[in-house]
Amino acid sequence: MTGYTFVEKTLARAAGRVNVRAGDILDIQPDVMFSHDNTAAIRRIFEKIGAQNISRPERAVFTLDHAVPAPTTEHAQNHAEIRQWAKAQGIRQFEVGRGICHQVISEEALVLPGEVILGSDSHTTHFGWLGAFGMGVGRTEMAALWATGQLWIRVPETFRITLIGKPPAGVTAKDITLRLMKDKSVGGGAYRAIEICGETLQHWSIDELPVMPNMMAEFGAMSAYIAPDERVLEYVHARRARAVQAADSDPASYRFRPYEPLYPDTDADYDEDYALDVSTLQPQIALPHQPDNVVNLSEVAGQPIQQALIGTCTGGRLSDLEAAAAVVKGKHIRSRLLIIPASSEVLLEATRNGTLATLIEAGAAISTPGCGPCMGNHMGVPASGEATIMSGSRNFKGRLGTTDAPTYLSNPYVVAACAVAGKIIDPAEIIGTMEA
Amino acid sequence: MTNTHRCWVYGDNVNTDVIFPGKYTYTLKTPEEIASKALEDLDPTFATQVKAGDVIVAGRNWGMGSSREQGVTSLKYAGVNCIIAESFSGLYFRNCINQGVLPIVCTGLHLTLHTGDSIELDIANHTIISGGNHYSFSPLSPSVQKIFDAGGLLPMLQKQFAAAK
Ligand code: SF4
Repeated sequence: MTGYTFVEKTLARAAGRVNVRAGDILDIQPDVMFSHDNTAAIRRIFEKIGAQNISRPERAVFTLDHAVPAPTTEHAQNHAEIRQWAKAQGIRQFEVGRGICHQVISEEALVLPGEVILGSDSHTTHFGWLGAFGMGVGRTEMAALWATGQLWIRVPETFRITLIGKPPAGVTAKDITLRLMKDKSVGGGAYRAIEICGETLQHWSIDELPVMPNMMAEFGAMSAYIAPDERVLEYVHARRARAVQAADSDPASYRFRPYEPLYPDTDADYDEDYALDVSTLQPQIALPHQPDNVVNLSEVAGQPIQQALIGTCTGGRLSDLEAAAAVVKGKHIRSRLLIIPASSEVLLEATRNGTLATLIEAGAAISTPGCGPCMGNHMGVPASGEATIMSGSRNFKGRLGTTDAPTYLSNPYVVAACAVAGKIIDPAEIIGTMEA
Repeated sequence: MTNTHRCWVYGDNVNTDVIFPGKYTYTLKTPEEIASKALEDLDPTFATQVKAGDVIVAGRNWGMGSSREQGVTSLKYAGVNCIIAESFSGLYFRNCINQGVLPIVCTGLHLTLHTGDSIELDIANHTIISGGNHYSFSPLSPSVQKIFDAGGLLPMLQKQFAAAK
């Protein structure tokens, strides 16, 4: 009898069952369910159902992040409806400027290792970095979750990706993720659950851990998972301890529920296994218009860049800002460099530790934490013909608002180096060497 | 009960962009308009020639890509109530159930068929008969069957909530 995968274990728990297998169909109760600027649209579907109140309101979370601060009256109206609905239903809601859903929910430790989180956002795979099962759902499904507190799910097969070796200096989780995308193509995850493991993970900073689970959305995966190590458990523990101390906190509340990290059995059954040796990998770059259109950075050096963007749920954490600062320190940028921290916490820490000052001195523009131009809404959308390089995850045609603005994806060192040079360039050429 | 259905046969990895182009997702609203664009970038003959009761028979990973619900509803509005594939993308499978279109996972069938061929479908007995061969498929799980029988997720919940009042 083979052992169980992480998803088999965690979905069994969420369904109140003892054992489940890939292929089984279950009704699960997620531990957390969240929506963002699409909350008002979901409410309209919810009303069609005929339900009055959100079932299990303590599990629901709303963020305002996709178009913040509101760029138009219409967006402002949308936000106003969401605030009013949050208040009426007693739902925890994060304000404009607090940050992007995936980052904020992680920082607040609202979802815990071994748990299930469903969000009306495709990058909900992100929460795999905490050892949680995160899956994106449609708006109708979120409305159903509000109405009943549960949703049906088919237990996915698991695709295991093993990362081997220590990445060379200047090669980050982003490069490794892009390389995986190139090797296996978008859709390589084929709506399976992805388990990421291997010695390489120890070489990633805690800020880098979410990058690959996050981009498993581009890989077509249903969810992603990294076995939580000591660092992750310590992160969660510290965040919860902080929340307990908050003035208005009630230690008996749902927020401080017990949890148990879950790990796959060593003899679990995997649908596919893939190993990637990263020890000689070079910095990677995704060319327009698909995240798997990936080449070694050196192959496209010299292409002009008009705008460089450090931000998004994929690449807007403190270590991304610090990487950019390390590259631009003491220099002056040639192309626009936009810094949009993933959360207010990232912004605050970057302010305190001098990172922001370095970036501003080099000529960077700093914006309100949130998604920024990632959906083509506002705050840094390019003109037609202008090339953008960013630390984000999606370079589909038109993603930044206009179809004829080429978008490149890469790691934060490369993004910042391109801002300094005004063209695609290896950061080693700007700072001499990537060795710390 | 066995019914005869005409088949539209396609290959592996058909994505939702070719099933229903993204550029129409916010502009087209009526079922007729949405149906008129079904499979536009995969098979331009489909939308004009499809008849109510036709089925789709495809290879692996049908419906990969975006989660847009029109990937299913465009076919449903065009008269397709059943899609048979070697496998479905997870999100597409969910959307089928939620929109009341029957997804059947069946291996080995699509390579034996051509567009225009007919198959016999016996849903109650989970059997497809094609060219004298019988293919069986798994029933939906009871909870999913319940959603499907109600016509989809929204109608099911509407009924539940109306009954509770
Ligand atoms: S930053 Fe971009 S990818 Fe991330 S949640 Fe916002 S819009 Fe989506």
